[in-house]
Amino acid sequence: MASEMEKKEVFDTESAKDLVKELRASFGSGKTKSYEWRRTQLTAMLKMLDEEEPQIVAALREDLSKPELESSVYEIAMLKNSCRLALKELKHWMKPEKAKTSLVTFPSSAEIVSEPLGVVLVISAWNYPFLLSLDPVIGAIAAGNAIVLKPSEIAPASASLLAKLVATYLDSSCIKVVEGAVPETSALLEQKWDKIFYTGNGRVARVVMAAAAKHLTPVVLELGGKSPVIVDSDINLLVATRRIIAGKWACNNGQACISPDYIITTKDYASKLVDSFKNELEKFYGKNPLESKDLSHIVNSNHFVRLSKLLDEDNVSSKIVHGGERDKTNLMIAPTILLDVPQDSLIMNEEIFGPLLPIITVDKVEDSFDVINSSGTKPLSAYLFTNNKKLKEKFVATVSAGGLVVNDTTVHVAEHTLPFGGVGDSGIGAYHGKFSFDAFSHKKAVLYRGFACDAFVRYPPYTRGKLRFFQAFLGGSILGMIRAVLRWSKS
Amino acid sequence: MKIVSAALFKDCTTSIVGVGLGGIITYRHTYKFNQVRFSGSVRSSCYCCATLSSTMEKAKQTFDVDNAAVLVNELRKTFSSGKTKSYEWRMSQLECISKMIDEKEKEIIDALHEDLSKPELEAFLSEISMTKSSCKLALKELKRWMMPKKVETSMATYPSSAEIVSEPLGVVLVISTWNFPFLLSLDPVIGAIAAGNAVVLKPSEIAPATSSLLARLLGEYMDKSAIRVVEGAIAETSTLLEVKWDKIFFTGGARVGRIVMAAAAKHLTPVTLELGGKCPAVVDSNVDLEVTARRIIAGKWACNNGQACIGVDYIIATKEFAPKLIDALRSVLEEFFGKDPMESKDRSRIVDSFHYKRLINLLDEDKVSDKVVVGGQRNESQLQIAPTILLDVPEDSLIMQEEIFGPLLPIITVEKLEDSFDMINRKPKALAAYLFSDDEQFKTKFVQNISAGGIAINDTVLQLTVLSLPFGGVGESGMGSYHGEFSFDAFSHKKAVLYRSFAGDSPTRYPPYTPAKEKQMKALLSGNLLNIILALLGLI
Repeated sequence: MASEMEKKEVFDTESAKDLVKELRASFGSGKTKSYEWRRTQLTAMLKMLDEEEPQIVAALREDLSKPELESSVYEIAMLKNSCRLALKELKHWMKPEKAKTSLVTFPSSAEIVSEPLGVVLVISAWNYPFLLSLDPVIGAIAAGNAIVLKPSEIAPASASLLAKLVATYLDSSCIKVVEGAVPETSALLEQKWDKIFYTGNGRVARVVMAAAAKHLTPVVLELGGKSPVIVDSDINLLVATRRIIAGKWACNNGQACISPDYIITTKDYASKLVDSFKNELEKFYGKNPLESKDLSHIVNSNHFVRLSKLLDEDNVSSKIVHGGERDKTNLMIAPTILLDVPQDSLIMNEEIFGPLLPIITVDKVEDSFDVINSSGTKPLSAYLFTNNKKLKEKFVATVSAGGLVVNDTTVHVAEHTLPFGGVGDSGIGAYHGKFSFDAFSHKKAVLYRGFACDAFVRYPPYTRGKLRFFQAFLGGSILGMIRAVLRWSKS
Repeated sequence: MKIVSAALFKDCTTSIVGVGLGGIITYRHTYKFNQVRFSGSVRSSCYCCATLSSTMEKAKQTFDVDNAAVLVNELRKTFSSGKTKSYEWRMSQLECISKMIDEKEKEIIDALHEDLSKPELEAFLSEISMTKSSCKLALKELKRWMMPKKVETSMATYPSSAEIVSEPLGVVLVISTWNFPFLLSLDPVIGAIAAGNAVVLKPSEIAPATSSLLARLLGEYMDKSAIRVVEGAIAETSTLLEVKWDKIFFTGGARVGRIVMAAAAKHLTPVTLELGGKCPAVVDSNVDLEVTARRIIAGKWACNNGQACIGVDYIIATKEFAPKLIDALRSVLEEFFGKDPMESKDRSRIVDSFHYKRLINLLDEDKVSDKVVVGGQRNESQLQIAPTILLDVPEDSLIMQEEIFGPLLPIITVEKLEDSFDMINRKPKALAAYLFSDDEQFKTKFVQNISAGGIAINDTVLQLTVLSLPFGGVGESGMGSYHGEFSFDAFSHKKAVLYRSFAGDSPTRYPPYTPAKEKQMKALLSGNLLNIILALLGLI
């Protein structure tokens, strides 16, 4: 399919149907289930990431002006890590897990067998077009599935490079890329998949899940939300400031689903925090940040307009305390900090997904929890900077989000031992590391018995004696069991 | 709400038993049952609303979206208060369930008899004791389940620590079904409570005695501010599905499963769907025939008369072996249910006349009715069909296309037993698949090649009792799983938490970006200590 893209044939429902049929035949052959196939594909992916790094960096620059360090570290190196981990752990992940059995089924043994779900669809997003495309694909391969990847048309250079590279390096009978926008995605969603893994926003996610419902297809939905940062006043201000900047502007210029969306701090501390931001931002991006090569651009003019609108709203534009400069032709907005914007403003009600950072102030830092929880939606991440142990505990106990980080931002994505995924409006399901393998596996329960020791108490005709036996047996009374057996042999 | 069944009771009173905080009115229907057991055909065909007592009509109020919204708001308030999150609350509620089952065992058995003529031993084993053991396990393990799970961290975030914290999802909806109306209602509720959620249970209207008993008992024993029962049928369920839940746990058929998931999609609500499917049993010729026959019967007719989602749906055996298997099944059936199985008290009846007719339809199809080799007797007024075995029905017959969910058991024959894999894999994935064989290699092949929710080798149904195994389907048989700790997980969010301190902050991460920083970062992420040192020294 991908290789035929030059012809620009329309990818319609029929093409989607044929595609799925072809992949189902490959999956049916059992090829993707073998350890060897999974290993070969993961190795090929690793080779691809090694050999094609310059092309990938170039595509990301074209789509997003993404700085090389961010591309090669947050996309390529992260992917390589995922691949290496999967290669290292695959045998272990694939091994059936023994489960304990009870007296009820004695003698028996049991295990949980991980098996691939079948033919799966990965729909990816534009902000980390490589990472968010290939990281789920790595999980799907590790679990032994056939895969269709639909990268985002909003990052077209990356999408077409992905199509080319996947076709070149991976087994094209089992792993395909379909490029396209809404019509292609709709055609794909009409088909029956064994899993749909979607990264994007809540609006499209609802469409995806409704389409999945028609075929009873399980979904993973990786969405976003307004990820808050609570800043206490007893902290190392310099480190906190840097780590917030690292998670905001040094993360694709705020266009990341786990980027800090807004800050909550106390009234007294806010000015100190703002000053610190000003200092560090200048150190990082120079006197004129619009000129900095270390910031991604806004992905396209739609998003530029959307962000400008957030900024230009009445009662909001006057709250800018830092930045605010923009360059429409280069799709750049400078790192912008706003202080005390109204709670009912657009910027406080939509996910910002860009270089704007509002700071909300509260009287006591504890009040932050209410601010977060009263929004009624659960974000993908929440962050807290503090040295106060009690506050940390309260934060973990009361703030619900996909994931939490204390005293840093965004770095939890790098820990493959932690599940990465949302809750409520920020999504369903999780991945990374073994969780990726699990997301694309069915956990099949298997119980083994022999023919020996067949207990006739189980079977009809049902008698009082049998009932008494079971009552004693399940109540754990050995004496009762013996009594029941004796009474019954007498009868 | 329950016009159909209410009309049949001699004495029916409805009383308002409480007005909740948010102004919601809780109704409790009390039915005094006629001593005569109602035959099911009357139950579902008679809509004699005219005979309803006037008190019933006055009190009967529709459960609309506003009621549902009020109900959820109230539960959300309780949930936000943090009450349900505490270990003490969860333990106390689980203890209440345990106490309720102990004290009301007789009433539960009676209700199950009323709804399904379920034999007492079956009611005890498959509903009461299963629910009790779920409860017991949760009580025993809850502290451990609730404990955050420490996980390793890497060089990339050094120094740091991390844990996975299980937190309740919030306010959850459990929609249950009629075949094991007690177990399939309370087992998920136990998981939801253990995980610290507020819960609404919607039992099935097709088992009305159990539904109303559950409403009454939960109202009596459990914390009403967090655990509610809404009785009703399609209208009430649709209403409940319109509001936003934090999880929906549905047990039932695939058709409704699709509706539930589509409704959940509007609110991005995660779902567990426990569905069914045609569960095959493959029987090799090297088996202990008697034990095999017994265990198949135990998983078919002695399991709610085949009305179980993991009951054996059809058998695959070789042409040569099929007659032997039929003989064994015939003689064990007689041993179990007597010469006239229609008289046996040891089998549940068909739940209602709708399902009776559905089954008769399957049986009376052309090319099917002449394949009956055992049984076939029926009694519409008693809603009974004898254990019926059919040999070599066509693959395109209704009985081989639909989930049977009743006392009919087709046997399909193949040349070689390996051919059974293709036959099974051509059909949608079932909730369970069974194999009887003494051949180790064949067992391994079966487990590798057959995809189903769960598999039992040399037995049927018992995989359900192993609480260390996840119970749930795949594909058409459902998504998500529960039982034991899996129930706790089904109603929990696994929150990733990473802790760092302010020490050891390295400038590498921060702009302005330089080639040296890029190398250091890559080395850090790779976790290779040598690379990290080399990069920090500027040597690579």
